[in-house]
Amino acid sequence: MSPVLIRIALLVSAALFAIGVVGVILRRNAIVIFLCVELMLNAVNLSFVAFSRLLGIDGQVAVFFVMAVAAAEAAVGLAIIIAIFRHYEDVDVERFDLLKW
Amino acid sequence: MIEFLFFLFSALAVLSAVMVITRKNPVSAVMFLIVTLFSLAGLFVLLEAHFLAAVQVIVYAGAIMVLFLFVVMLLNLGHAAGTEFRGSFARTLAGAFGLGLAAFTAWLVMGGRSPMPGAASGSVTDPILPLLQEHGAVGAVAVPLFRRYLIPFEVTSVLLLVAIIGAIVLARKEAP
Repeated sequence: MSPVLIRIALLVSAALFAIGVVGVILRRNAIVIFLCVELMLNAVNLSFVAFSRLLGIDGQVAVFFVMAVAAAEAAVGLAIIIAIFRHYEDVDVERFDLLKW
Repeated sequence: MIEFLFFLFSALAVLSAVMVITRKNPVSAVMFLIVTLFSLAGLFVLLEAHFLAAVQVIVYAGAIMVLFLFVVMLLNLGHAAGTEFRGSFARTLAGAFGLGLAAFTAWLVMGGRSPMPGAASGSVTDPILPLLQEHGAVGAVAVPLFRRYLIPFEVTSVLLLVAIIGAIVLARKEAP
């Protein structure tokens, strides 16, 4: 594995993270916003794996914990979306203005 | 061959990630995210993280994405709503912020020293391949996970239990 490929992996990770940020700002559908958050988590995972190629196996262990937290976050977040949908009949985040003043 | 596969998976991951944020239909977005996750699993294999690639396919592309699809179908959101994107201000902000972030991180990656100092002279030993030969793909990750990171690993199980209970309580029909 040449260092050039590791650098390309880091560039791909940066691009995926930026795409995820753009999606979170751009979209109005709460579920698609969650998908973009998952995309950002996976971009960080790719960085961890690429760096573990240089610095040892600990980066791969960190990816496990990221995956566990992502699974917990997806379960709770989707439950919240279902609860909000029961209340508003919609998942458009611009309509969730209960906390706005 | 490795270089070709690396570029193929990289391009596939980035292109389908762009499709995730541009498709109006949420089901299409989920499907393209699955393509991105599979491409990342391919990249993991090429980066010698074989077990993580398997977990990526089984847990992420399998379980979590099925959960997302299930919620999309449950809430009957499988059609474009027409107002999927925000207004022009948010579009400008998203474009500027995304381009700035991508440029900044690319500058960080490209501007620094070589990520593997001394790689050209061959003085650096590979940190992963000896572990893979000694313990195998699973053991290489399992040994540090169950020794050095045992306490965080156990705390993770408590986190998952709390998430399960929280999801059940939140999604229940009647108020608790």
